[in-house]
Amino acid sequence: MSLLSNAAVLLGKELRTEFRSRELLTTTVVFILMVVVLFSFTFDTSSAESKRFAPGLLWLAFLFAASLMLQPCFLREQNNDTLSALRLSVSDPFAIFLAKLAANTLFLLLTELLMLPVFSILFNVPAGPVVAPLILVFFLGSLGISVAGTALSAISAQARMRELMLPILLLPLLTPVLIASAEATAALLDPAHAFRKDWVGFLAIFDVVFLTAMWLFGEYLLEE
Amino acid sequence: MIEPASAPGIRFDKIDKRYGGLYALRRVSLEIAKGECVALVGRNGSGKTTLLRITARLARPTSGTLAFVGGIPGHDSQLAPVGFVAHATMVYDELTAEENLLLFGRLLGVPEVSTRVAELLREIGLYDRRTSMLRTFSRGMRQKVAVARALLHRPAVLLLDEPATGLDSVSVQWLARTLKQLRDSGCTILISLHGESEISALATRAVRLDSGAVVADSATGGSAAAILNSSVSG
Repeated sequence: MSLLSNAAVLLGKELRTEFRSRELLTTTVVFILMVVVLFSFTFDTSSAESKRFAPGLLWLAFLFAASLMLQPCFLREQNNDTLSALRLSVSDPFAIFLAKLAANTLFLLLTELLMLPVFSILFNVPAGPVVAPLILVFFLGSLGISVAGTALSAISAQARMRELMLPILLLPLLTPVLIASAEATAALLDPAHAFRKDWVGFLAIFDVVFLTAMWLFGEYLLEE
Repeated sequence: MIEPASAPGIRFDKIDKRYGGLYALRRVSLEIAKGECVALVGRNGSGKTTLLRITARLARPTSGTLAFVGGIPGHDSQLAPVGFVAHATMVYDELTAEENLLLFGRLLGVPEVSTRVAELLREIGLYDRRTSMLRTFSRGMRQKVAVARALLHRPAVLLLDEPATGLDSVSVQWLARTLKQLRDSGCTILISLHGESEISALATRAVRLDSGAVVADSATGGSAAAILNSSVSG
C-alpha cells in the first residue's frame, strides 16, 4: 500500500477521533479566545500602535495554542502502545507523520479561521478585503508550526518531563515562523493591504525544508 | 482460518540490547526453524519482551543481527508479514472494535478487508459488539481484539507477549485453538509465557531467558516441559 493511501487512512482516523471527542479543537479555541480577549483588554485597541502589535499578539496566541494542541499528538499513541501497531502496519513510517501533520495543520487552520472574526472585531482591524491572502499566510504559518511541532512531539513523547519538553523545544525553533507570519499578516491588515512576497516566500521555504527533514529522519524519531 | 503464505525461520546472532549501562539481552543466539512454535519463559525482566520487540523490528539491537530466513523463493523474507500481540493491547480505546480492525486492515492492505474483519469479529465472539467503543470493553475483550488485529493479514510470523493476559478460561481455549491452527498450518510462532498453560502445551520448543541470556533451550538439551516447569518454580 502506498505512502499516500496509508496517510489518508490514518488521517481519516485522526479526524474521526477528534470530531467525535472535540477535545483538541475545543481546548484550543477557548485558549486562543481567552488570550485574544485578554490582549484586547490590556492594550488600547483604538490606537495605531496597538494595531501594529495586534498581528504579533495574534500569532503568539496561535503559537501557544499550537504547543497545547501538539502535545497529545504522539502522547496519545502511548496509552496502548498504538504507535507500535502503526509502525508494524504501514509500509513507510513517514505516512504516520504525514497523517498527523495534515490533521494538526487542519485543526490549527480551522481554529485560526474561527478566531479571525473575533480578532477583527476586538482589535478593530477589518480583515474582509484580504481574506484570501490571509488564509494563505495562515496556512503556511500553520504548516510551519505543525511540521516542526509534529516532529518535536514525537521526540518529547519519549522524553522525561514531556509536558515541558515540547514548548521548550518548539517555541525557540518557531521564532522565524512567528516573525514571518506576523510581518506578513501585519502588512495585509495595514490600510495599504500589502502582500509581502518575501515573508510569504520565507514561510514556504521553512515549510519545505522542515518537511524534507521530517521525510528523511522521521523514521528515527519513531524508534525506541 | 489461517493460511500463512511464506513462513520463514528466524535467526538471532549474538544479539545484545543495552539501555544505558543495563543489559536487557546478552549475546542471544537462536535459530528458530520455519513453522516452529517456541515458548520463551523467564522471570520478569529476563528479556522476553525485548527479544519479541526486536523480532518485530520495533526496537534495534545494540549489536548482533536478526534475519528471517527461508519463506517462498523469490520473496524477500525480511518483509515477511509479522503479527504482534504485545502486553499493551495496541488498539484504540476511542474507536469501535470494527473501526480498529478496519483501520489496521486497510493499513496492512488486507484484501476484502470488511469480510475479513467480520470473519474475525465472529471468531472472537464480538460481532454483536462491533459498533461499541473499545473503552466500554473489559480487558479480556480488548485482548481478543488485539489478537484479531495481529491475525488480520494472516501473518507468516506471529509474536505473542503473554497473550492470555486478561482472558477468561473460554477465551484462553479459543486462543489455544487458534494458535494450534496457525502452528499446524506452518506459521512460525514465538510466545512469551509464564509457566505451563493450555497455550504452553502448543510449544514445540521452550527457551528460558535469565538476565537477558539464554540459559536453557530444549533444542539443545532437556525437554520443553522441563524448561516450562522450571520457569514456574524459578
